[in-house]
This record gives sequence, structure tokens and C-alpha cells, in this order.
Amino acid sequence: MAQKVIIDPITRIEGHLRIEVELEGNTVKDAWSTITLWRGIETILKGRDPRDAGLMTQRFCGVCTYSHYEAAILAVEDAFGVKPPTNARIVRNLINASLYITDHIMHFYHLHGLDWVDVVSALGADPRKAEDMARAYCNNPYNASASHYKAVQERLKKFVESGRLGPFANGYWGSPSYKLPAEANLVIVSHYLDALAVSKVGGQMMAIFGGKNPHPQTLVAGGITSVMDTMDAYRIGEYLYRLRDLKNFIDTAYIPDVLLAATYYKDEGLAGIGGGVKNYLSYGGINLDDDYTTTFFPGGVIKDRDLANVGKLDETKITEDVTHSWYQDTEPLQPYDGKTDPDYTDYDENGHVKGDGKYSWCKAPRYDGLPYEVGPLARFIVGYAKGDQKIKDLVDATLKAAGLPVTVLFSTLGRTAARALETKLIADNTEAWINELVANIKSGDTRTWTRCDVPDESEGRGMKEAPRGSLGHWVRIKDKVIENYQAVVPSTWNCSPRDKTGVRGPYEESLIGTRLANVDQPLEIIRTIHSFDPCMACAVHIIDPRSNEIKKYKVL
Amino acid sequence: MGGTNGSGNRRTVEKQYRELMEYCQVHLDQIEETLPEPRESFQEGLAARGISRREFVKWTSFITGVLMLPPMFRPMVARAAENFNRLPVIWLNFAECTGCSEAFLRSSYPNVDDILLDTISLEYHETLMAASGKQAEENFKKAMTDFEGQYILVFEGAIPEGMDGKYLRIGSEGKTSKEIGTEAASKAAAVICIGSCSSFGNVQAAKPNPTDAKGIRESLGIRTINIAGCPPNPVNFVGTVLHFLMFGALPPTDSLGRPLFAYGKRIHDYCERRSHYDAGEYVEEWGDAGAKRGWCLYKMGCKGPYTYANCGKVRYNDGTSWPIMGGHGCMGCYEPGFWDTMAPLEKPISDQAIGVEGVESKVNTVFATLAGLTVAGVAAHAAASAIKRHGPEEETKKKAEKK
Repeated sequence: MAQKVIIDPITRIEGHLRIEVELEGNTVKDAWSTITLWRGIETILKGRDPRDAGLMTQRFCGVCTYSHYEAAILAVEDAFGVKPPTNARIVRNLINASLYITDHIMHFYHLHGLDWVDVVSALGADPRKAEDMARAYCNNPYNASASHYKAVQERLKKFVESGRLGPFANGYWGSPSYKLPAEANLVIVSHYLDALAVSKVGGQMMAIFGGKNPHPQTLVAGGITSVMDTMDAYRIGEYLYRLRDLKNFIDTAYIPDVLLAATYYKDEGLAGIGGGVKNYLSYGGINLDDDYTTTFFPGGVIKDRDLANVGKLDETKITEDVTHSWYQDTEPLQPYDGKTDPDYTDYDENGHVKGDGKYSWCKAPRYDGLPYEVGPLARFIVGYAKGDQKIKDLVDATLKAAGLPVTVLFSTLGRTAARALETKLIADNTEAWINELVANIKSGDTRTWTRCDVPDESEGRGMKEAPRGSLGHWVRIKDKVIENYQAVVPSTWNCSPRDKTGVRGPYEESLIGTRLANVDQPLEIIRTIHSFDPCMACAVHIIDPRSNEIKKYKVL
Repeated sequence: MGGTNGSGNRRTVEKQYRELMEYCQVHLDQIEETLPEPRESFQEGLAARGISRREFVKWTSFITGVLMLPPMFRPMVARAAENFNRLPVIWLNFAECTGCSEAFLRSSYPNVDDILLDTISLEYHETLMAASGKQAEENFKKAMTDFEGQYILVFEGAIPEGMDGKYLRIGSEGKTSKEIGTEAASKAAAVICIGSCSSFGNVQAAKPNPTDAKGIRESLGIRTINIAGCPPNPVNFVGTVLHFLMFGALPPTDSLGRPLFAYGKRIHDYCERRSHYDAGEYVEEWGDAGAKRGWCLYKMGCKGPYTYANCGKVRYNDGTSWPIMGGHGCMGCYEPGFWDTMAPLEKPISDQAIGVEGVESKVNTVFATLAGLTVAGVAAHAAASAIKRHGPEEETKKKAEKK
């Protein structure tokens, strides 16, 4: 007999998400993903100075912060017809690197980790065996000694014995879906605590050139403002040594911990649990030259997991659909002419979402009519399929070491592993960007800004890869102010509800077939949802349809 | 710091401080009796995380300074810190971006805040808690029951009131943020709004405010402490909670609910580029010679003269930087309605008043306009401060501030 279960709030994410599933026995037969907050920031942007768009759209999200800041500045620069000078481009990449690294580390340990790790089980671990286990995955593991593990255990014990577990209270401890031995739990939990301190270092890295974190404040259309920091050898050194600290944490904690977890969860990965929609998209991002011709992450489109055929991204194929979203219907494929007035239809009389009707503040972006997954996994699959050497080498080496086939990536575990590998990839390459900056300054180039002014009328777009996936901002300027503004955000792609043909979005699809050990404990569901790193505040935005031209588009 | 008052006055102030100390001691005794037992001893916690006694003393001196208390209060700050992790906290996320939680997680100066915050008795915080769904809802109810009248309620985010509040619904029953907030606030010992969203509505409440978003104070009609900022400096949150532990009352505030210790002076008053303002040395366009020399950002739209905040004093991310150091200038994010009143953000307010796009005011015009606005701002602030709440410490503090 089918049973409907509501999970609301989904915690350990940014924002407000509800998941409803229909269970048959213990297995998910159907799923609905609902964003329960609407803020309407695009509406608020209208009539404002386009140069304010960066700071304002950054407030879409306090986790992605810099992502929206940069996307907006890129869009406005595109409309102004300018590009920043070399120093500014590199400094932006450095700020971006600090975001990627910090964000991914925090996601794995603080948002996602407790889906894999049983904190209470760690109490029963043998600290000496835990040390051996850590050493089996890394020659010089982070903060790994029997005495340290014992101290962590003591600390946890006090938490548990006090009966006040704080953030750990009422977790799913003891669930058979936790597969790690006690020692592995202890190793990763100890890094959970270390990562709190480590993410602060990442915040400092961002603040060196960004002025502060979260929500840096040093980008402007045409360049950057942190001129004195950029030209200061001491500041560059401050950044470099913090980067090395983080790199050390990634190499000796994050990566080994993911490999350790993969050892025990690999069957789920091989079974493809949490696989989702099978289509992957990347716009490409992190500009490596001043003309934006080369990007660190390659762009491309993969349909139905066909790695032999990587499509070239055609922006005009991006569309929106509001059939199941709380906005008034227009011609779904003609959003240029449509209105986007809220049309809230509430829950049904039993408090469930109306799955046949409208049920989310999130819209359904589609590429060529199909749902696509975006994010680190999509970037890695696109990069791998395109033969990007750095991605291919890292993936192949990791899979070989773990003795796993590439298909293991198409799963919840694969999504989590790809994020970890991406963190390493960024951290390993950032030092080269620092050297690039130093060399450029040495050559006598001290430019940090390209002169520009607001045109009477123009339009532009900024498309990039944010930590959570493909991000685009579109701006249209009239009479020197913003006439229209739209953002298509990674979590909108992933969290999308059904479209007019009834096809589910990536979150929804990824849950189908998931088996719960205990129907009262939705651990397996939140593990898969978390693997996407949901960011709801970002996602609820009016989605621009096709692309590079923005027509009449009323947003309320 | 003018020394215009006589020594008699100084003696009175000292006497009042001594009385305040005694009050504080009595209060801490009480708190230690009533609050739940700590999970771990604070001293052990320091030792376990490699914080030396010396570092801890340094930290207490810093926080004592942030709270604008005289050095004699340092031991009180230390004692309050020891009880920090006993205070139950319920943290609610409404219409916001979670930037304040991120800021809160990255605080430290030098590393002691970190311990306070990672051992804080966080009974409910959606971004961090292990439990989801039903189990999360149970935690919320349990915390409100177990610690009724004892917990600190922290709001992050505004309340959208439009469409009967249904722009934001949380939980299996689909309650609106207003319903949830009302219930949680009714049982709290104190309510702290972290960030400009819960304080004043912030970005979602900027014109035309499509969801009719409001700050907590305005929406629920309750008294709140507003740690404004987008996001605010976490040091000010820690300072507020320590103040609560020391004095049993939230710190004195201005009329907008912002603690005076942090929001008593303008960015302009603390600004490291102030001498360039005084000398008339301005950045005229991004990346120019003035920018390379660290000149004043007023002409680039810096709103430091109108913004009450201690950013320049405490900086962000362990003192790494702050926007003016980063060469951008302040956008006024600690002030209500700043997206509207301070915009365009890259233009001085004097230009806005002139209303001509692209017209740069002459330096002396700027001076004249600015002087007028500044005086008006200071007067408004002084008046606002005078109306604020009572409490023994407040009288004393007012005196101390005049000094």
C-alpha cells in the first residue's frame, strides 16, 4: 500500500526545502521536490543602477555569495562592453578558488557528512585502530593519532552523556544504512570538528582580496577595488600560505575520508543509487585568459550518459516551464511573452503538495526539452568525456586506486566523490594563478580597472560555473537603469519540479527506487538530496528562458 | 575622548562601575545556579584545543574593549565566557540567504569565539542539525518545552507577510514563518535578530517589497536586539550574548535596537582612511593613483559617514580585512533600508540629492553637503540613544560614552 511521507524541513542545506515521497513498502515510488520560500529579488532589481546588481544579487545566497556577485558583474560588463584587466581577472579567480574550496569542504563535513557517518557509533571505536585505518588511506593523515582520537571521543562522550546533543540530537544514529565501522566514523567525525577551523581559514583567504567573507565587496564592473591588497607581496603571501594549509587538509583529510567512505558504500554507488536524470550540463567556467576563450572547467552537454557524444552548449535551447510551479501559466515554451505572476495554489486538504498541479516556487529549466543535472559531477562527466587531461587523469587515478569502474560516478556516492576531487583540482591549480598574478605585476602591469560607464540601452549575460553548478545572470538596461534581470541558478536546474510532460526534475528522479531501512527515518533520502548540495535561496528565481536575448518579461 | 569633566565626575563614574561589577557578580552567581550543567568544562575545552591562558586573557581584553567596558570588567567577561555553552539557543532561518550563519561559523578572535560557538548549546539550527523532517520538528518542540523562558531565540531572516505569510512555510504542517516566530518568541528569555533581514527586512524588503517582508520587531511587535549587518560581524553577536550572561539583560541599544557597544559610532569615526578625507584626498575612479595610495572613498559612494558600525575597529574574518580596506567603501548594510536609501551604491549621497547622473560634486560642495548630513545623522542618533531602554548598566554606560 502506498504511503505518502513529508520531509520538511530538509535541514543541513541553505534555505527551505520540502520533499514528499510516495512509498511502496520501504521503496520510493514517486517524489516531489518543493521550495517553500519566495523572495522576488529580480523584481526588486528593476529600476536600479546596473552597477548595484552585483552586491544585491549576491544576497540571493550567503553560501554561494561570490558566485552571484561575479555572475552579475560579468553580465553587467557584457552589457557595458568591457572586460577587466589581467590583474582583476586573476584576483577574481583567486577569490573564486577560496569559495570553491571552503564551500566544498564545509558541504562534505558539516552539511553532508552526517548522512554517511554515525556520530554515536564513533564512541565505541578503538582509537588505535582508528589511527591505523586513517593511515591506510593516507601516508600522513590529518590530525591522526590515537591520543587525538581519544580526546575527540571524550568530547563526544560528554555531549552524549549530558543528554543534550545539540545539533546532533535526534539524528538517525544506529540506522542500518550507516555502513562505516566505528573507527571510520571516529576518523571522519574528528575531521568534522577540524573542518570548522579550516573553513575559517578559507574565509580569511576570501577576505584578503574580497574585503570580507561571506559576501565579499571588492568587485566592480570593469575590475576590482582591492588594489592595495593585490599589489602587496605580503597579502599575496598571506593568501598563498592559507591555500597551502587548505590544500594539506584536502590531501590528508577530505580526499582520504571520501575514499574511506567509498570503501564501505561502494555497493550503493555500483548499484547506481541516487543516479538521477542521466543528462549533464556545464556552461564552462573560470576564465584563464583575458578574452575568455579558455576556461578551467570545460563546457558541454551530455545526454543519456552517452560519454562518446559531448554536445556543444546552445544557449537558445534553455527554456523554462511553470506547469508545476507557483506562477501563472503562459505558453510554457514562449516565456518571452509571458507574465510570471505568482499563482500560489497551497497544499491540499491533507497538507500534502498537489503533485498533479502546482507545487513549488522553483521553476523547471529544461535544455532541449529535458531536465539536466548540473554541479561538480556534471562538470567532471563533461570534462572526462571531452578528454580534459587534468580531469581525466584525476578521475582515472582515483578509480584505479579504489578499484572501481567509471560508472560508479552515476550515483549519490559519485556526486559526493566528484565534489571532493574537484576541490583537490582547484586547490592544486590555484598556486599557478598566484604565480600568474605575480608575474603580471612584475611585468609592470598595475591596471585593476577598465574604464566604463552605464550605456543608455544594452543587454548582457554572465555565464559561469559556480560550486553548485551552471549559473547564468541576464541583465537588460534601458535609460541607464535595469529594465529586466534574471538568473538561472544551479539549484533551480537540480531542484526543478516536473514539466508539462510530467518529467521529473533531478532531485525527484534521483530518489526513485531508493529503499529506506526504516520508513520513519528518511536518512537515505536526505543523503541523496544532500549530495546535490541544495541551495534553495538561490534557486527560487525567475528563470530566463532562452538565453542571450531578453524580451519582455514581467516578473512579479 | 575629551577630558572636559572634572575629577568629581570621574569618581562618580568609577563608583557606578563598581556597583555595576557587583551587580554583575551577583547575576553570574545566579546564572550558574539556574542554567543547565555544561557539557564540558570551559577550561578543559580551551586546553583541549590548544588555547593558552595567555591567549584567552588576550581575547577577554579584546571583547571587553568591543563591549566598551573598562578593563576592570575583564574577569567578568572571562566568567561569562565560561557559561556561554550552557545557554540554550534556538536559531530560526526565515527569508534570508544563510550568510549570517556562515559568518557565525567563521568567527574567531583569536580562536576563543570558535570554541564558544562550536560548543554553544544549539538546540535547533536548520543549517547544522543532523535531524530532518519529523525529527527536526520534534527537536524544536522539545527545546521550547525543556528550556521555556531560558533560551535565547535567534532570528536569521525576515518574515514575508504578503499572501497571509505563505511566501514562506516550514514543516509538515506548513506553518508560516510568522506563526512559528510568534510561538518561539513567546517562550524565549531574549530575542536576538542576527543580520539586517531579521532586524529590518533587508534585501527582500527593498522597494517594491513584493512579499511584504518585514523585520521581526516590526512583524511580531516584540522587543529584539538587532545585530544588523549583511552579514554582521559575529564578534558583535558573541559580545551581545556575553553581555546577557554578565548582566542578565541585553545590552543598551539605540532606538533601532542595535547594541551601542557595536553600533554607537559611525564607520567614518573609525575609518583608517579618515585622514585622507580630512585632507581632501579622494579616489576619483576605481584603480586610479588615489586607489593605489589608499585615499578616501567618499566620492566612490562610501556610506561610512551615515553608517553606525564597528567594522573598521574589529574588521572581518579574524581581522583580515573589511570593505574600506578592500578599496570599495561602505554600502551602509548595517542601516535600515540601505538598498534604497544608500543607492546607487557607487555614488555619493550628495550626488543622489543633486539628482544628476554622472555629475561629480566639487570637493567643497561635498564637504558642505556631507557636513550637513553628518550633523543631522549624529543628532538623530543622539536623540535615538536618549529614548532607549533603562537598566542600571545603561545609565552608567551613557555616562561612560559621554566621557
